[in-house]
Amino acid sequence: MPLLALIFYVLAIVTIASAVMVVTSRNPVHAVLFLILTFFNATGLFLLMGAEFLAMILLIIYVGAIAVLFLFVVMMLNINLVMLRQGFTSYLPLGGLIIIVLLTELIMVIGLGDIDLNIAAKATSPIPYHVPNAEAIGRVIYTQYVLAFHAAGIILLVSMIGAIVLTLRQRTDVKRQSIDKQNLLLSEEVVELVEVTRSKGV
Amino acid sequence: MEITISHYLIVAAILFTLGVFGIFLNRKNVIIILMSIELILLAANINFIAFSTQLGDLVGQVFALLVLTVAAAEAAVGLAILVVFFRNRGSISVDEINLMKG
Repeated sequence: MPLLALIFYVLAIVTIASAVMVVTSRNPVHAVLFLILTFFNATGLFLLMGAEFLAMILLIIYVGAIAVLFLFVVMMLNINLVMLRQGFTSYLPLGGLIIIVLLTELIMVIGLGDIDLNIAAKATSPIPYHVPNAEAIGRVIYTQYVLAFHAAGIILLVSMIGAIVLTLRQRTDVKRQSIDKQNLLLSEEVVELVEVTRSKGV
Repeated sequence: MEITISHYLIVAAILFTLGVFGIFLNRKNVIIILMSIELILLAANINFIAFSTQLGDLVGQVFALLVLTVAAAEAAVGLAILVVFFRNRGSISVDEINLMKG
């Protein structure tokens, strides 16, 4: 059991330290890389809690897709690093005060609340411990929560269409080939046969 | 030393406050603000899974899956808006996002 505690503390400390680096780092590329580290360690925390399926999903979606998306956008936008840092210290006192108050409140609720969690232990879909986590989630997500699952799919579809529509750009200053117009042309309209007489131009 | 649910909840609380702190601190950089929102959603996910494990209920994990979906959609649309904004204004500062102020 001390080994699990040690693993938990290492994962938690690295998660929090890299989250600090995400919000304070000077370079957006470094911030993205620290975000990847944060999610990697959060994956370890999920594994410790016994949610293997979600841990792997977090790894695939965040590290594989979202972090790379952030990296591409950071590299695509040619941003001025010096200008981004202006006003960093002027917001520090107020922001620091607010987060200290917020954190104190949250930790007081969690640590001093002394709530008995077992009173609410009537589970609507209890975890079946004899099957793997992925199978357990699959058993409920396609039966009991199928509407939520479909809603998630529709959200993803809408966001994909939205992102494409937002970034699609119709440029008017570029000459383009129009396949429809080309196919509608008749050869009599565009091809002209001329008699060329000698020593005279067309 | 036993690791209880309170430990996970405190890690999640610290992550949440760091996300809020990032939104306060980086008023010039929308990309960092989007990353801070991702941190806040990760904190929410850790809470969901901690309670799911504690109560032996799968609903927390199913809802964490939905939170992940919404986070992915939000990141994609947010970054698309950011790219369009940068194309129009040449900057990603929050102070300059006031075109619709009237």
